[in-house]
Amino acid sequence: MTIRMKNRGALIATAACVAMAVMAGAVQAEPVDDSLTIDGEPITVRASAPEGLPFDENLSGWLYRSAETRQLETDTFENPGMLAVERGEEIWNTVDGTAGKSCASCHNDAAETMKGVGASYPKWDADSARPINVELQINKCREENMGAEAYKFDAPEQKELTAFIKHQSLGMPVKLDLDQGDLQEWWERGKDLYYLRTGQLNLACASCHEKNNGNFIRADHLSQGQVNGFPTYRLKTGLTSVHNRFKGCIRDTRAVIPTPFSDDLMALETYVTWRGTNLAVETPAVRQ
Amino acid sequence: MQMTRRQMLAYSAATAGMAAVGFSIGPAMAAVEETEKAIAEFAGGATPETGRITLTAPEIAENGNTVPISVEVDSAMSGDDLVESVTILAEGNPNPEVCTFHFTEMSGSAAATTRMRLAQTQNVIALAKMKDGSVFMDKKLVKVTIGGCGG
Amino acid sequence: MASKPRIKLPKSAAAGEVITIKTLISHTMESGQRKDKEGNPIPRQIINTFTCEFEGAKVFECELDPAISANPYFEFNAKVEESGTFKFTWVDDDGSVYETEQDITVS
Repeated sequence: MTIRMKNRGALIATAACVAMAVMAGAVQAEPVDDSLTIDGEPITVRASAPEGLPFDENLSGWLYRSAETRQLETDTFENPGMLAVERGEEIWNTVDGTAGKSCASCHNDAAETMKGVGASYPKWDADSARPINVELQINKCREENMGAEAYKFDAPEQKELTAFIKHQSLGMPVKLDLDQGDLQEWWERGKDLYYLRTGQLNLACASCHEKNNGNFIRADHLSQGQVNGFPTYRLKTGLTSVHNRFKGCIRDTRAVIPTPFSDDLMALETYVTWRGTNLAVETPAVRQ
Repeated sequence: MQMTRRQMLAYSAATAGMAAVGFSIGPAMAAVEETEKAIAEFAGGATPETGRITLTAPEIAENGNTVPISVEVDSAMSGDDLVESVTILAEGNPNPEVCTFHFTEMSGSAAATTRMRLAQTQNVIALAKMKDGSVFMDKKLVKVTIGGCGG
Repeated sequence: MASKPRIKLPKSAAAGEVITIKTLISHTMESGQRKDKEGNPIPRQIINTFTCEFEGAKVFECELDPAISANPYFEFNAKVEESGTFKFTWVDDDGSVYETEQDITVS
């Protein structure tokens, strides 16, 4: 290009061109046309959306990531999240608490007994009359059966054990049974929250992840906000739980940060997990 | 290409937008001097030549915390045709040093991959030192995006 | 700080073959550039050296600086002429040494 300008102008033009080059990525805002295999096994990253969603197709967040980030998830060796899964396996086999039991004492081989768990939680918990996710199920088991203390929110052990358990369902389609207990009512509550604008920026979950997925927010390529890969290895923060992600997202709308495992977030987890129906469990997914 | 007034406006808007969100463009010059020093130290008197070494890095890194990089040096890796070491430098980081690989005949080939941190958009430099003392260099500009929320 | 390292290399190879080795170790690679909540600098603590040896002979070595990402990952090659044992060593700033070994059968 020939631009005749004084030095300062040329500098600005150069800077603008660099900026435009970055923005060029934004032009190709559509999710990539790529298919995921993990250790050679195909993983569903495009699936038919459940009835009631405005999308025809559910898309894994994997499709919105750069080639380098996508690559990291294709090999369980290269995926840094697998280090956490391995530690989770050690925890699974380690005796803890007054009852002298490990997870394995009752549940034996997780590859058999935990298969499907990551694809079907949250479930209805009649005892607490609330939805229960894998993290809370672990705590319930620790307190009631192992004589051990519940893990605090986002304790490394909680994230690692959750990642290990959910990883046993790698590749299985997400499917919630909303007929359990009052789960449908909690789903409704979660749906209300999903569409409720909050915070100083007045954003609902739907503002970004339903209306604008595929577009850029600053330099980030917005995805559908699916949770099928949690706990996820984020390049930014390492292994990240879904409630931590909810907190971060809501914080970014400049709303009051919600409490992990609160009624609101359990309702939201139920609803958002349902939105990802038919997508494969990717735990631990790799994202930016 | 002649820029139209409209294009120019669009470009300015893009620049302004970037400035508003604190997006840094181009390498920070502060560490360039340090990098030059590190290059001279590694080269040990030799003048780095181009060729033989290939540095592979993403054009745009989605997150500066984990940027995959690979180096490969064209060498028989036996006898006198041997790569002794390869160093990686980043001229926009707080310190330019990233890592140094040492190879032997048993390496089979002078190739390595790792993951590095990039504080901002900058040049990444790879230097190879051969057994005969010659030094080869490759350089890649990696743009680091500053995320919004990562969703 | 670090847990059992992960190694990936073939169990067997042909004599003279150049194989690919991948290694990954869990480590925060604290850069020394960060500050804690009170604003005090967090001291640097990284893996500073990684070595791969085959039957006592050096195959590959890397000196690491704080610009290497958390959970250091390396992929490199080795030329194998005979069966033997690879030994991998990571040295931590705090003096800890993490080691692991893996055999290969060469025919």
